[in-house]
Amino acid sequence: MKHYDAVVIGGGSAGLSAAVTLKKQGIENIIVLEKDGETGGILQQCIHNGFGLQTFKEQLSGPAYAERFIDQAAEAGVEVLTDTMVTHIGADKTIEYVNSTEGYAKIQADAIILAVGCYERSRGAVEIPGERPTGIYTAGQAQRYLNIDGYLVGKKVFILGSGDIGLIMARRMTLEGAKVYGVAELMPYSNGLPRNIKQCLEDFGIPLYLSHTVTHIYGHDRLERIEVSAVDEKRKPVPGTEMYFDVDTLLLSVGLIPENHLADEIGVVMNPRTRGPVVDENYMTSVEGIFACGNGLHVHDLVDFVTMEAARAAEGAARWLKNGSSAGRVIRTEAGSNVSYIVPGLLHTDAMPGNVEFFFRVTRPLDAGEIIVRSGEKVLRTLKKKKLMPSEMERVLLTKQQLTGLEDNLTIEVKETE
Amino acid sequence: METKELICVNCPMGCRVSVTIEAGEVLSVTGNSCPRGEAYARQESIRPMRILTSTVKIDHALHRVLPVITSKDIPLDMMDAAMEEIRRVTVDAPVKMNDVLIENLLGTGADVIASRSMDRI
Ligand SMILES: Cc1cc2nc3c(=O)[nH]c(=O)nc-3n(C[C@H](O)[C@H](O)[C@H](O)COP(=O)(O)OP(=O)(O)OC[C@H]3O[C@@H](n4cnc5c(N)ncnc54)[C@H](O)[C@@H]3O)c2cc1C
Ligand code: SF4
Repeated sequence: MKHYDAVVIGGGSAGLSAAVTLKKQGIENIIVLEKDGETGGILQQCIHNGFGLQTFKEQLSGPAYAERFIDQAAEAGVEVLTDTMVTHIGADKTIEYVNSTEGYAKIQADAIILAVGCYERSRGAVEIPGERPTGIYTAGQAQRYLNIDGYLVGKKVFILGSGDIGLIMARRMTLEGAKVYGVAELMPYSNGLPRNIKQCLEDFGIPLYLSHTVTHIYGHDRLERIEVSAVDEKRKPVPGTEMYFDVDTLLLSVGLIPENHLADEIGVVMNPRTRGPVVDENYMTSVEGIFACGNGLHVHDLVDFVTMEAARAAEGAARWLKNGSSAGRVIRTEAGSNVSYIVPGLLHTDAMPGNVEFFFRVTRPLDAGEIIVRSGEKVLRTLKKKKLMPSEMERVLLTKQQLTGLEDNLTIEVKETE
Repeated sequence: METKELICVNCPMGCRVSVTIEAGEVLSVTGNSCPRGEAYARQESIRPMRILTSTVKIDHALHRVLPVITSKDIPLDMMDAAMEEIRRVTVDAPVKMNDVLIENLLGTGADVIASRSMDRI
């Protein structure tokens, strides 16, 4: 069996960044396995601009951001296998994959970095009553058809869910000559970035119906009409508020979920909130030698943080390859009030490798809040912030000194302030 | 005097910027995290400008379309005309990232450039 020091599964921005970082760390015998025909991942279909401001100080399109990392990986001499789908991984770190040149193959890795991205929730997950005609797509599917295959899925469009992909597609399809009738969002606030509400909806006069949902679907072969209703505080449709739109296309932009069936199969412990693996400060999962990063760990809205997080995971993997597992005390991170989740989930406080940046999201929009990080009763850091939104990931950095030797679980909470 | 709340669209930070305007003159801009936010707020109050991204047809390449982007902002009110120009273009692979595909789009001073490279196959 062929052997590698580290195998990166997925060649999106996380996988490419992880591979380049492994090389920088002196881990030379590595390979990236990617199921698509080229690397770059989801970025290849995100042709809009707005990527990389933090990393490159300019606003690149998704493909341009990807190309920088594809070039970096090539310069670093990273071996990549495209059109290669990983079908199974073992806790012994064997990897099974299929592709057209080798057929079925099995390789052995010392460390595995999962950089597998996420998938979109589909109609099954939202349960809309009515018929099952064609013309209903996830926003990402429609984006791929249009931006990679050059095919517009419909002319009269409605969008359910105010996630960023849906907003981006509202603008994109409008520019391509489709009529977008509106976007319905179940919650009383939008799940997309504020800039996308502005430049994708407001710029084109597309209405956003907050606290609304699609309540019925009509059409035999092709979608013909949808019913949209307002919802009450319990998110139940309010009778008498029905509106009808004659559309041939309904896009669903109702959430992204980390892709985790490979990790699930071998019993990697998952966080029920992120639906990705629980990792420690080295980005190692509960299975020794298996690491996770990017949208396969938790869903990100900014690619810069994906790139950065994947580099951290690769550094963690390199450390593990050289020194083995971290010993000593382990504490958990706990989401306090108004916080939905925190990554990383575990900390080895006797063996902190360096400063740790914690990623978290708030559970509801807050005009102003104070972020409080504490271990037991001991407050480690406070930070005031305006406008906290569930759609925008928050970050807070703690130093190695602050974390070293902590005995009580680390809690991050956000107190609402005036 | 009038105060407008804008969201800077120049990067995903999406800063909430307030602009104070009197008689069509921008008096002050606050809330921006960087100088680009101020420039944005001033321009937005006069004539909104945006980057346009789209695709053009490409022959002899891995995919059927190539993503393109304007080299700088163009007026929002010219998007439809700009899309019409872009739709007319077909390119032949290979293409390199930043290759100019349309020069000086509709006199805006912005070029339409390739967003990525695509090899000939
Ligand atoms: C539609 C959309 C719009 C966005 N807009 C912005 C924006 O404007 N600005 C910004 O900064 N960020 C944006 N983001 C966020 C950011 O770009 C992404 O979060 C980031 O690119 C994700 O990178 P990734 O490598 O984790 O995942 P992906 O890019 O999805 O990469 C995962 C890769 O793994 C491969 N893979 C999965 N399973 C297997 C397997 N079993 N075997 C082999 N390969 C496998 C997939 O084919 C894929 O190539 C956007 C995200 C989306 C989805
Ligand atoms: S003001 Fe600067 S940091 Fe803020 S959104 Fe605009 S460009 Fe980004």
